[in-house]
Amino acid sequence: MTRDRPEPPLALVAELTHRCPLQCPYCANPVALARASSELDTESWLRVFDEAASLGVLHLHVSGGEPTVRGDLATLVRAAAALGMYSNLITSGVLLDAARLQALAEAGLDHVQLSLQDMEPGDADRIGGFAGGHAVKLAVARQVRAAGLALTLNFVVHRQNLERLPAMIALGETLGAGRIEIAHVQYYGWGLLNRDALLPTRAQLDAATTAVEAARMRLRGQVVIDYVVPDYYAARPKACMGGWGRRIMTVTPAGRALPCHAAEGLPGLVFPSVREMPLAAIWQDAPAFARFRGTDWMAEPCRSCDQREIDWGGCRCQAFLLTGDAARTDPACAKAPDHAMVLAATAASAAAPPSYVYRGDRRTRENVR
Amino acid sequence: MTDEAAVPVFADGAKFRFDRVRDSWVVLAPERLFVPDAHAVEILRLIDGQRSLGAIVDALAARFEAPRDVLARDVADMLHDLADRGAIRL
Repeated sequence: MTRDRPEPPLALVAELTHRCPLQCPYCANPVALARASSELDTESWLRVFDEAASLGVLHLHVSGGEPTVRGDLATLVRAAAALGMYSNLITSGVLLDAARLQALAEAGLDHVQLSLQDMEPGDADRIGGFAGGHAVKLAVARQVRAAGLALTLNFVVHRQNLERLPAMIALGETLGAGRIEIAHVQYYGWGLLNRDALLPTRAQLDAATTAVEAARMRLRGQVVIDYVVPDYYAARPKACMGGWGRRIMTVTPAGRALPCHAAEGLPGLVFPSVREMPLAAIWQDAPAFARFRGTDWMAEPCRSCDQREIDWGGCRCQAFLLTGDAARTDPACAKAPDHAMVLAATAASAAAPPSYVYRGDRRTRENVR
Repeated sequence: MTDEAAVPVFADGAKFRFDRVRDSWVVLAPERLFVPDAHAVEILRLIDGQRSLGAIVDALAARFEAPRDVLARDVADMLHDLADRGAIRL
C-alpha cells in the first residue's frame, strides 16, 4: 500500500431504485428522482457487489427508494451473502409479506431495518402519504422476527411526533427489535423544504434525551438504542458519513458512485459511474472522492480546530445548502462563521409549524425547480 | 458478577468472521463493526452456543498461564461490553 492510498470503505449503500410507494416530506432522495428505466440491472449490481467485497466492504446496505420494488432482491442478497458481506435491508416494509421475508432469510439476509413514521396510524399514514401503511408495517415487523431475521426499528422523529418517543421505544421492545434507531429528520432536499414544519423545539428535545437515557438503562444488554441529538441543536457538527470518502460509498439507482447519498446536489463535482469505472478505481482515484477527504481541504476555523479529525468539518451538503459553498465549515458548528443561520432556524421553532410540502406534489416540484 | 453457567451466544444479526482485506477478525452487527484484539478473538472463537461462560474460562485457563479468577473477570467484562453494544447475548 502506498501512503496516499485511502483506507478501504467499510460500507456500501446500494440504492437499488428511487421508486417508492411512500411520499414522506423528509425523503432523503434527490428532489429529481431517477426513472425505473435508468436503473442498474441485476448483472451490473452483481458486478458492483463483487468489486465492493474485493475492495474491503463489510456492510452492504440495500436501500432506495424502496428496495423491495425490485424483483431481483433475493438474487442480490444471495450474492452478497456468498461474498461474506453483511446485508442490511433498509425498507418501509409496505411491500413485504411472510413468504417474501422467508425467501430473503433463506437467501442469507442478515438484518432488516424497518422504518416507522409515527405511533398513531392516522399520523403515520399522513406523513407517508400511504393509507394503511402503518398497520402493514407492524405486521411486517412480526414477520421479520418470525423469519428469524434481526430487526431494527427506525423511527423518524421531528416536532410533530417527538412526544411519542417513549411509546416508540416500548413498541420496539414488544416487536422484538434488537436495535432501535431514533433518527431526527435531516434538513436536506425535501427535509429542508419542510424544515419549519419539522424542526423540534429545545424543550421537546430535552424531554426526548431524558426518555432515551432512561430507556437505555432499562434495556441494557437487550436492546441497543441509537439516538443522536440533531445537529441544529448540537454545539459540534456530526461527522457526516464518518468523513467524506473515508468509510462509506453510495451507488445511486442509475449507477453513480457517491461519497454520500446527497452529494449529487453539490456543484462542480463529477461522480463516476460504476458502468464505466471499477469501484476500487473510483474510491482510490476519483477527484470527487478526494475533494473533501481528510483535512487538507479545510479552511479556518476547521483547519486549526482540535475536533477536525473527529467531525471532519461536518456535512458538506449542509454547508452548501445553507451557505452556497460546500467547502465552508458546517453551519451546525457553534464555531462556524455561518452559525447564526442555524440559530435563527431553532429560534423560529417556537412559532406554530406550517403544513407539509409533499414529495410527488406537482405544485411543489415546480417550486423546487 | 455473571453466572458461569450462562451460555453466551452471538446476538441475532451478529456475525464473527475473518476479513481477508484487513487481515483481521471482525464482528459485524447492525450499523456496528467491532475489531477484537488477539485476546478477544480467542474468547470469541470459543462461543459455539454450547459452552457456558465457565467452560470458556476453563478452556482458556488450560491454554494460558493466568490465574483462573483473572481470566474469568476478563472474559465476563469483554462479553458484557459486547452485550451492551448488541453483539452478544448473555
